[in-house]
Amino acid sequence: MIASLQRISALVERQWVLIAGSWTRIVSLMYWPLVQIVIWGFIQTHVFAEIGPTTTLVAISAVVGAVLLWDFCWRSQLGFALAFQEEIWSRNLGQLFASPLRPGEFVLALMAMSLTKTVIAIAPAVIVAAVAFGFNLFSVGPVVFAFILNLVVFGWAISLFASGMIARYGQGAQDMPWALMFGITPFAAIYYPVSALPEALRPIAHALPPSHIFEGLRAAIGENRFDAGELAWATGLNLVWLAAGLIAFFLLLRAARRVGAILQIGE
Amino acid sequence: MAAALETHNLTKHFGDSVAVDRVSFAIERGVTTALLGGNGAGKTTTIAMLLGLVAPTSGEIRILGMDPARQGSAARARMNFQSPYVDMPKRLTVRRNLSIYAKLYGVPHAREKVEAVAEALQLTPLLKRRTGSLSAGQATRVGIAKALVNDPDVLLLDEPTASLDPDTADWVRGELEAYQTRSGAAILLASHNMAEVERLAGRVLMMKQGRLVDDAAPADLVKKYGRANLEEVFLQIARREEAAQ
Repeated sequence: MIASLQRISALVERQWVLIAGSWTRIVSLMYWPLVQIVIWGFIQTHVFAEIGPTTTLVAISAVVGAVLLWDFCWRSQLGFALAFQEEIWSRNLGQLFASPLRPGEFVLALMAMSLTKTVIAIAPAVIVAAVAFGFNLFSVGPVVFAFILNLVVFGWAISLFASGMIARYGQGAQDMPWALMFGITPFAAIYYPVSALPEALRPIAHALPPSHIFEGLRAAIGENRFDAGELAWATGLNLVWLAAGLIAFFLLLRAARRVGAILQIGE
Repeated sequence: MAAALETHNLTKHFGDSVAVDRVSFAIERGVTTALLGGNGAGKTTTIAMLLGLVAPTSGEIRILGMDPARQGSAARARMNFQSPYVDMPKRLTVRRNLSIYAKLYGVPHAREKVEAVAEALQLTPLLKRRTGSLSAGQATRVGIAKALVNDPDVLLLDEPTASLDPDTADWVRGELEAYQTRSGAAILLASHNMAEVERLAGRVLMMKQGRLVDDAAPADLVKKYGRANLEEVFLQIARREEAAQ
């Protein structure tokens, strides 16, 4: 079974036209990451200025870097899930699933759109972090691309599950993409190390790829070393999470067809 | 040659409710078949199962000899549909929507094909308009254009002229007849417009409470029920249904 590039690009074109044809959509994509970086940049500048000049720069860099990287995960997750919901809001899902488009091609198209939206959303925040707060994301080294890729893939895994739930349970589950990400955030070790969590909660953090990414980021910025072990854990776990997300999506889609939800979705 | 569309004991349960009950039929190429029945008779569920939008509880479907459970993409590439239950993205222009669907259906030279279909359905002046800005009648015609963009061998139509004025509806029926003559496609038509069915359909499948209760040419049904026309036949069956309830 070979995926059709023509069908995938047709769906990407449909989603791209929505963004390219609306400056308000582009602005709203960029807006939240920018607000996040400005708020956290100022908070950290203020708080750590009290601690002292030796630790200030490293601490600011670690938190600003974490905020930027976590946004890659958020944006990839929302980019996928909202592209899926666009098809529901426009009552187009039935047309798509009655066409030759295969579910796997649908997923690949949504991933491509998610990646595009993520780049559009984060690029201005990366520039502001460098210019206003002196943090160049790429100064972390080439490993930052591996961190980003892992976070993007984890975002897809979550959104596959959330989108499957929406396909099966309809608009009643439409808050799922946000709810899942907010639920994961305390355990993702974004702003503090895993060791800051109570011991009983640490296994949850260790099961999440982002916690390994952020531990790796802290090692890169704070200790100027590349922690290959953390990256390997993140990548391995991500493969499991992505496989689980795909299985959940296809099973939920099958269940949606069984109960006739595809026709009723949007109501 | 395999039938264009074939079902065998097609059944769909939603919980305790039986929406479609052991429906079997075969539709040949070059024939328009009407699927008739009152509200809740199972027409839409049957069509949704043929399109792969609803999974059957049991039974078999064959589309141009293909099993859609195994060859769904290939089967759906050779069919198409129009239905009031779905829309096309409203923010996109008519041209963009038709072009995207042409590509989804694997149509070679999609741009030229879109121009040709638009020309045939007199949609050329609307190609630059946003789909969401169209009147209900114009949107229906765009839906029919989308349904014809891949020259389907099997065409499923659900109330294709419901929102059209009589003149445009008559013109669309003419276009559908011309398409069938030209392509030899099998058309399955669900409609509550009996005059439309009598004009377009060579055969009628009558559904009632999820079951297929009659299968004959319109004229034969009129004769069988001793009525003046198909509308009276439909009313007789529907009212018998109500009385039974």
